[in-house]
Amino acid sequence: MPSLKDLKNRISSVKSTQKITRAMQMVAAAKLRRAQEAAEAARPFAERMDTVLTGLGLAYKDRSDAPRLLAGTGKDDLHLLIVATADRGLCGGFNSSIARKARDHANDLIKQGKTVKIITVGKKGNDILKRLFKSNIVDAISLREVKQVGYANAQEIGQKVLAMFEAGEFDVATLFYSKFKSVISQEPTAQQLIPAKFEESAADAEALAYEYEPSEEAILDDLLPRNVSVQIFRALLENGAGEMGAKMTAMDNATRNAGEMIDKLTLNYNRQRQAQITKELIEIISGAEAL
Amino acid sequence: MADNLKLEVVSPAKLLLSEDVTAVTVPGREGNFTVMGDHAPVMSVLRPGFVHVEGGAEEWIYVGGGFAEVANEAVTVLAEDARKVSDFSKAEIEEAIATAQKEADAAESIEDKDAAQLIVDSFKNLLTEVDHMGPAVVTGM
Repeated sequence: MPSLKDLKNRISSVKSTQKITRAMQMVAAAKLRRAQEAAEAARPFAERMDTVLTGLGLAYKDRSDAPRLLAGTGKDDLHLLIVATADRGLCGGFNSSIARKARDHANDLIKQGKTVKIITVGKKGNDILKRLFKSNIVDAISLREVKQVGYANAQEIGQKVLAMFEAGEFDVATLFYSKFKSVISQEPTAQQLIPAKFEESAADAEALAYEYEPSEEAILDDLLPRNVSVQIFRALLENGAGEMGAKMTAMDNATRNAGEMIDKLTLNYNRQRQAQITKELIEIISGAEAL
Repeated sequence: MADNLKLEVVSPAKLLLSEDVTAVTVPGREGNFTVMGDHAPVMSVLRPGFVHVEGGAEEWIYVGGGFAEVANEAVTVLAEDARKVSDFSKAEIEEAIATAQKEADAAESIEDKDAAQLIVDSFKNLLTEVDHMGPAVVTGM
């Protein structure tokens, strides 16, 4: 049975924890708004890129002279997984759910006898995955120092990936990130980057007879590498918003749990205090009666 | 003939510009071209350079490559790096000149060198304009 003093100490320590989690929740809420705005601002670019590429890409998909970024290398033995997570923890299951999705995918591929290489973006994903796939991780990128993820960051990663592709280090690249659905719900997603995949349904809407300058092939050659960076950028922004959303929820829960704990401890404290008073009274009374 | 075009300049970070204009000159890879109303649908890759907007607000926008789509009385410029020229400060222009010059020096083919040199020159023009009368007109794209 903890003494009165112990209880008092514990109450005050839980109280200060609660103060911290509440502050973190508020910081996350403010950051979430900014991250959401950034994600929304990036949407028109990615959407435009998509429509243009889908039209061109589907027309070229089955042709023999299609660029390798679109048609692939013709094999699928070497797989690259790009796992984008947050750099910081304390955001509930956010990081681990992305890592789990990547892990399952990697295990599937290994079972099929394929070679798996992993690039992690963000420290937390690296922490989780290196326990299981230490030898498979070829690169770990951390954006910890970056305050606001910019397009340049995504471009850097994109160029790294493209250089690997050019060097024939992988056949298929898949990007793992968390899709931001709402503040309370993020969905870990796997998206195939290379060879580029398009949704058939979105294509037939625009069938304008464009004049291409310099030529269709040149435009496709130009756009496909850019698209890799754009998709990574989008993933990073969605992740940024998702992380803050998850952190907000996690910290809200933590604050509530701390509140419950304080209530319980206070009740306990009061009970003990009363018991002690009763005990002292009994001692006095029985002492007086004995006289 | 339709007088107006809808121009949108989009960068990954944001929608930079969205307004009705009468004409817009775009730095295509094969050369600059001006788009006015009733233009045939065109899709073109851009080289780094300046987009010139006429009608509505006169505006110069720096784009660091990307592509432009002309369709349905609308021009969409998708640029990875896009900034209004009026947003550049003098120090930034000087820095841009330095980077562009470095690229020009590093370029291997003559075409690349020319293209990079053109940017250096445009930025230098920009700098003189800023010096003399504030960021308004840039000539000699």
